[in-house]
Amino acid sequence: MVKPGDGYKDIPKGGLILEAGNAKNYKTGGWRTKKPILDKETCINCHRCWAFCPDSSVLSEDGDVKAEIDYDHCKGCGICAHECPVNAIEMEKE
Amino acid sequence: MKLKEAAKKEERLTGGHRLCSGCGAGTVVRLVMRASDNPAVVGCSTGCLEVSTTIYPYTAWEDSFIHNAFENVAATISGVESAYRSLRNQGKMDEDFDFIAIGGDGGSYDIGFQSLSGAMERGHDMVYLCYDNGAYMNTGIQRSSATPKGANTTTSPAGEVIPGKQQYRKELTDIMAAHNIPYVAQASPFKPQDLMKKAKKAFETEGPAFLNVLAPCPRGWRSKAEEGIELTKIAADTCFWPLFEVENGEWKLNYNPKAKKPITDWLEPQGRFKHLFKPENEGLIEEIQEHVDERWETILHRCGEE
Repeated sequence: MVKPGDGYKDIPKGGLILEAGNAKNYKTGGWRTKKPILDKETCINCHRCWAFCPDSSVLSEDGDVKAEIDYDHCKGCGICAHECPVNAIEMEKE
Repeated sequence: MKLKEAAKKEERLTGGHRLCSGCGAGTVVRLVMRASDNPAVVGCSTGCLEVSTTIYPYTAWEDSFIHNAFENVAATISGVESAYRSLRNQGKMDEDFDFIAIGGDGGSYDIGFQSLSGAMERGHDMVYLCYDNGAYMNTGIQRSSATPKGANTTTSPAGEVIPGKQQYRKELTDIMAAHNIPYVAQASPFKPQDLMKKAKKAFETEGPAFLNVLAPCPRGWRSKAEEGIELTKIAADTCFWPLFEVENGEWKLNYNPKAKKPITDWLEPQGRFKHLFKPENEGLIEEIQEHVDERWETILHRCGEE
């Protein structure tokens, strides 16, 4: 990936970005003022939080949403907590 | 497709993009891309999604992505599709690809309208996705032809003389249906399965397909970030944003609210409509309600639901 200080010889022709999905290396978790906390006991694994998250930050593994929340990228919008049908997600002040 | 099953597929839009917290465009694009079974070539017209997902030297796209100007994403993707078809006919390529052009309402209803219309008319095998948040949000909330009547934007400011945007929004979904393309649908993220089903149909359609999806914008709508998805449900329950599809000319309603809610339920939680609740603007809300009712009757009639 191009780094600050790279000269024109280091930059791919046409300014192409050659590594797909490299935005995951950019952390947006610092934008957050409130942090979603998932209560795994209450969760019914309906995946609504997973579907609605604009930042792909509710992680699901093998059909199980109880995996983890990706705090590196979660911006704390609170949609997951607001849409949870069983109130399994609390928004906690950072 | 069950959400649980959909979640097993790979993520096509990564985190780390810089759309605002609670932006509906991220949700819409994630769900639509889930429905694609092939590697895709994606293009975005200028707008929030384009600038936020591809800030150099980062890209949030796991697929090939082409940067475009405001007016030409449909032309670009139709060109890619034509080149691909030619290479395939020459036997130089045999892998399957999906082609998708994405624009906001500014890039689809207004500035990119002619290239969209042209690409659909020429019959390219591609999908056009419009995420409609009802104004030019990227440049700071200017009115577009998708902005609802009465909305306060920086170019239709609500003041003492004029109460926000003076015109009704134009119905782009109907205009695309009038192109007589094989598949046109209007969807909303509060029904993720319906949205993914429509996206899947769009990708599988041979020839052009058009999707118009409501995307909440907390900044432009002056609404709470966490309430975005709920607002898209209210939009469907008040019949402001009906969910329907037009498959080979046949209209079908996909969501009929059990009890139609008054339009004030949609207007009230959004700061862009705040001025409409002043006593002097009372008549305007009635007018908007009448317009929504008429539109809903038209949709019901076309879908044979009467």
